[in-house]
Amino acid sequence: MSKTVIEAKILSQDCIATDIYSMVIEAPSIACEARPGQFLSLYTSDSGKLLPRPISICDADAEAGSIRMVYRIAGEGTRLFSALTAGDTIRVAGPMGNGYTLLDKSAILIGGGIGIPPMLFLAKKLEAKKTIVLGFRDEEFLSDEFAPYGEIVKASDAGNIGFKGTVMDAIREAGVTGEVIYACGPTPMLKAIQTYAAEQGLLAYISLEERMACGIGACLACVCKTKEIDDHSKVNNTRICADGPVFNAGKVVL
Amino acid sequence: MKTEVSIAGVTLKNPVTVASGTFGSGMEYDEFFDVSKLGAVTTKGVANVPWPGNPTPRIAETQGGMMNAIGLQNPGIDTFIERDLAFLSKKDTRIIVNVCGRSIEDYVEVVERLADTNADLLEINVSCPNVKEGGIAFGTDPAALAKITKEVKAHAKQPVIMKLSPNVTDIALMAKTAEDAGADAISLINTITGMKIDVERRRFAIANKTAGVSGPAIHPIAVRMVYQAAHAVSVPVIGMGGVATASDALEMMMAGATAVAVGTANFADPTASLKVVEGIEDYMRRHEIEDIGELIGCV
Ligand SMILES: Cc1cc2nc3c(=O)[nH]c(=O)nc-3n(C[C@H](O)[C@H](O)[C@H](O)COP(=O)(O)OP(=O)(O)OC[C@H]3O[C@@H](n4cnc5c(N)ncnc54)[C@H](O)[C@@H]3O)c2cc1C
Ligand SMILES: Cc1cc2nc3c(=O)[nH]c(=O)nc-3n(C[C@H](O)[C@H](O)[C@H](O)COP(=O)(O)O)c2cc1C
Ligand code: FES
Repeated sequence: MSKTVIEAKILSQDCIATDIYSMVIEAPSIACEARPGQFLSLYTSDSGKLLPRPISICDADAEAGSIRMVYRIAGEGTRLFSALTAGDTIRVAGPMGNGYTLLDKSAILIGGGIGIPPMLFLAKKLEAKKTIVLGFRDEEFLSDEFAPYGEIVKASDAGNIGFKGTVMDAIREAGVTGEVIYACGPTPMLKAIQTYAAEQGLLAYISLEERMACGIGACLACVCKTKEIDDHSKVNNTRICADGPVFNAGKVVL
Repeated sequence: MKTEVSIAGVTLKNPVTVASGTFGSGMEYDEFFDVSKLGAVTTKGVANVPWPGNPTPRIAETQGGMMNAIGLQNPGIDTFIERDLAFLSKKDTRIIVNVCGRSIEDYVEVVERLADTNADLLEINVSCPNVKEGGIAFGTDPAALAKITKEVKAHAKQPVIMKLSPNVTDIALMAKTAEDAGADAISLINTITGMKIDVERRRFAIANKTAGVSGPAIHPIAVRMVYQAAHAVSVPVIGMGGVATASDALEMMMAGATAVAVGTANFADPTASLKVVEGIEDYMRRHEIEDIGELIGCV
């Protein structure tokens, strides 16, 4: 019995780009356990919305006992979160999931869109040499904060930020190299990374997304197909919330 | 204060269990609270062999509820006995094993494999799609329901609870049919078939197209069906459908349920079932109820 749903105090909430918010909450018990790639279950204040919203940890400060999350308004739940201000409270549980495997190998960190925030916590915790590749639609956010942790390569669909095109285009054009890839972002991006890693013989860890109900591994809502029979499910699929959200790209079928 | 209830000779220390499929086998929730505090743990449906379930998305949120088409993914009875039952055996609670199958033979095989385990009760889910019997779900055709109930009863060592589907016109008839065919208890309701369309993307919200609606939104329907079923049979009824609070649970009991299950509410609060246990005790103290039995069917 170690997990609880806590009523966390909001320490700050800022709009950092169009519809993108940065929220810091007081959650000492979560902050001291949190690892890059893990997420929290956030509950809305609307009792008609039963399910928790999974949001990645963007940063955790064990000493200050705080957790930062950066999220985009995607619907009513995230809109309700964005209306909260310092001093309000929010129900949260976590940390959930497994997080990235931190290796001592030169790394390529790839964040696409709202998949960028969890890469910040990873960039801070990963000691190996790293190149950070960030993909945007047409508006930049959070990229300044990556500066202390490695070389940054940017790409945008619109072409107004860094290379025009996808993160994969940018990696090829800038000649980015490394021994391991860590990525989070939309599924088409992760698919491209999966193919690239297989071609290049690189190890890749990707963070997946799926609709969740329980968020803790009990309901089997959030599965992803696997190449091999999964140890827990005994079929070719695995629970993203409990056995992921981060997977070795070579083991999952997207 | 007596909170025990009896289902087919099996005593539950309190009338609260969890709804199959919303609680796994309790392992994950045991990290939030000691599941021994529940009257019983009802496990996710288990078949004779592993089932992969449906494609994703498997769930969607709805106002005051959700819909799911998990497709009864389960690891099969062997793993279930080795891992899940082994875990529950260490807990001081009753074990209700929910059983699913595609044919009568599938159900019978699972029920026989469970005979020498410490499962206390068997809950037979007769609302699965894709069954052999002419494509009609066992739970919506009285003749098919009677047949499977008889077959399962003939092979089961533990008492049998038939879990009924709400997707029928006359629930009292289905309850009576199950009782007449030998069911030791009845549980209801399973999810109500629904559909959701993502208008922005112009496609079904759930890969399976149709899905089962659950949660507080269906509670009044469930209370009505529990009432009708409980009045049609003399065997105990386990009520479920949108139970989120002690008050919801008591409503089910007053409508005639001997025990209640908390389902979708576990997702909104992992300790919801524990709060229902505590809330019922609190109610009994406030209303000076000596024996929970006084409340069953009291309206
Ligand atoms: C492991 C994980 C980590 C995530 N991390 C972040 C993050 O750091 N920042 C961020 O902005 N977003 C993140 N997301 C996506 C975020 O969970 C959804 O945007 C959010 O749930 C939408 O909720 P809503 O009420 O605003 O939208 P609605 O569309 O109203 O939500 C309805 C239901 O669908 C679910 N849902 C909707 N979109 C998604 C989605 N993309 N993935 C999963 N469930 C969804 C909701 O949780 C809710 O149950 C993450 C998703 C996962 C699975
Ligand atoms: C995600 C999910 C999975 C379910 N899986 C099963 C199952 O395996 N077997 C079964 O008999 N019922 C299953 N059910 C139905 C529930 O046990 C219950 O009958 C129904 O959800 C109504 O109760 P509720 O509103 O409290 O959730 C499932 C429900 C949900 C939401
Ligand atoms: S959301 Fe329930 S198993 Fe992942």
